[in-house]
Amino acid sequence: MKNSFKELIKGLIHENPTFVLMLGLCPTLAVSISLINGLGMGVAATFVIIFSNILIAALKDVIPDKVRIPCYIVVIATFVTITELVMKAYFPPLNRALGIYVPLIVVNCIVLGRAEAFASKNKILNSLMDGIGMGIGFTMALLLISGIRELLGSGKLFGYNVFSNFEPMLIIAMPSGALLVIGLLLGFFNFLKGRKA
Amino acid sequence: MSKLIVPSSPHLHSGESVSRIMWTVILCLIPAGAAGVIIFGLSALWTIILAVVSAVLCEWLIQALTKRKISVLDGSAILTGLLLAYNLPAQVPFWIPIIGAIFSISIAKMAFGGLGQNIFNPALAGRVFLMASWPKYLTIFTKPFNYDAVTSATPLALLKEGKLVQHIPNWDLFLGIRGGCIGEVCIIALLAGALFLLIRGYISWHIPVSFIATAGLLTWAFGGKTFFSGDWIFHILSGGLILGAFFMATDYVTSPLTRKGHLVFGIGCGALTAVIRLWGGYPEGVSYAILIMNAATPLVDRYTKNRVYGTKIK
Repeated sequence: MKNSFKELIKGLIHENPTFVLMLGLCPTLAVSISLINGLGMGVAATFVIIFSNILIAALKDVIPDKVRIPCYIVVIATFVTITELVMKAYFPPLNRALGIYVPLIVVNCIVLGRAEAFASKNKILNSLMDGIGMGIGFTMALLLISGIRELLGSGKLFGYNVFSNFEPMLIIAMPSGALLVIGLLLGFFNFLKGRKA
Repeated sequence: MSKLIVPSSPHLHSGESVSRIMWTVILCLIPAGAAGVIIFGLSALWTIILAVVSAVLCEWLIQALTKRKISVLDGSAILTGLLLAYNLPAQVPFWIPIIGAIFSISIAKMAFGGLGQNIFNPALAGRVFLMASWPKYLTIFTKPFNYDAVTSATPLALLKEGKLVQHIPNWDLFLGIRGGCIGEVCIIALLAGALFLLIRGYISWHIPVSFIATAGLLTWAFGGKTFFSGDWIFHILSGGLILGAFFMATDYVTSPLTRKGHLVFGIGCGALTAVIRLWGGYPEGVSYAILIMNAATPLVDRYTKNRVYGTKIK
């Protein structure tokens, strides 16, 4: 049990998928314009990571080694389709905002990366914990980036105005602003890590 | 700078240093700034002072925090702030030059490792950052000699919108009696400063001449209703072409090393400027052209190496 708890917390900070493993940057750059989008993408990806990790860990002995990647993709695509249909049915505005990036979770490097690097070599319980940790880590990173971008780029948080008299920094709401924010945050975290070491 | 390779003797000290060159360039820029203040009023002076002071303070703060050698007095931060202010309209809100200078120094210069390490010209990076963030403040220009809040568009913006009805006399463009950024309008003052730099040998003619000639040639060829009928004198004298070609494209750090490279760099800048002005979405393209060629500088350097003395000619 202690071991699986370790798998859970490593994804939060120590092996954070966005800031340490540098995975899944494409959806991070694209959807982190507002907190709602970031949260939606984070939750959707977390769901997919958890269930694909469980299923792949359960099936790892019957999947032939040579065709494992196509098999993983089929498993992941199944859960992404479920996510997309649920999102379309119950959260249509969010689905419209995220657009093509919901189906693109299929090729999100985090999901495939965890399947290949962790779930295919570990037991179901540990894979579940790994999936939860990685999903929460990804969501936290998305919330941090999208919070900064929404605050500076449009002066709002969760769609509500924060400042009464604020000139939004439009560049932060553009893709170039996403690269800037991620780069600066990455530099900041590396600085913290270097000081600890 | 820790690994300085010294070739064999004899050595001759030229008396030049980074700070001496920087201060000379600053002096050469003062006439254009003074002309800008005369044309646009005291608000231009405030913009210049705010940009310079915040650039210097920001560099000092970063160097103090990271415990690097404090080198704010070498003039490079002052030059960055000055060039940034020269690229802004006179009546911007007070926080525009401050934020621009902070971005120039902290992101475009110090984050890359400080003077000599930056890929992009810091002043232009700051301007483009401001342009992308608050476009509405950077496209309102003061009318010359109307110190209150009368605004006018730049000649290039009028041309882009098809509203340039009457021809602006070339002489007015040459003296700087037009809407525009603080330091770019007075061509004669800019040319006087540039001439001094050329005579002292601080800049070579290769980048400015190839830059301006290419932009002039392309706007002459494609700028008019038929081929070779464009108003190339208007295009050379308006916008930031002269300021950019002589003072910003020639930045030592972000331009190629060899003469051949300088020519490639200048032609690239000129071609991009003409393309953006004639077919792009923005009325003016000098700053984008220089930044794009800054990014291409390592590549240009790689293909324009000088032949090492004694090696074979290909």
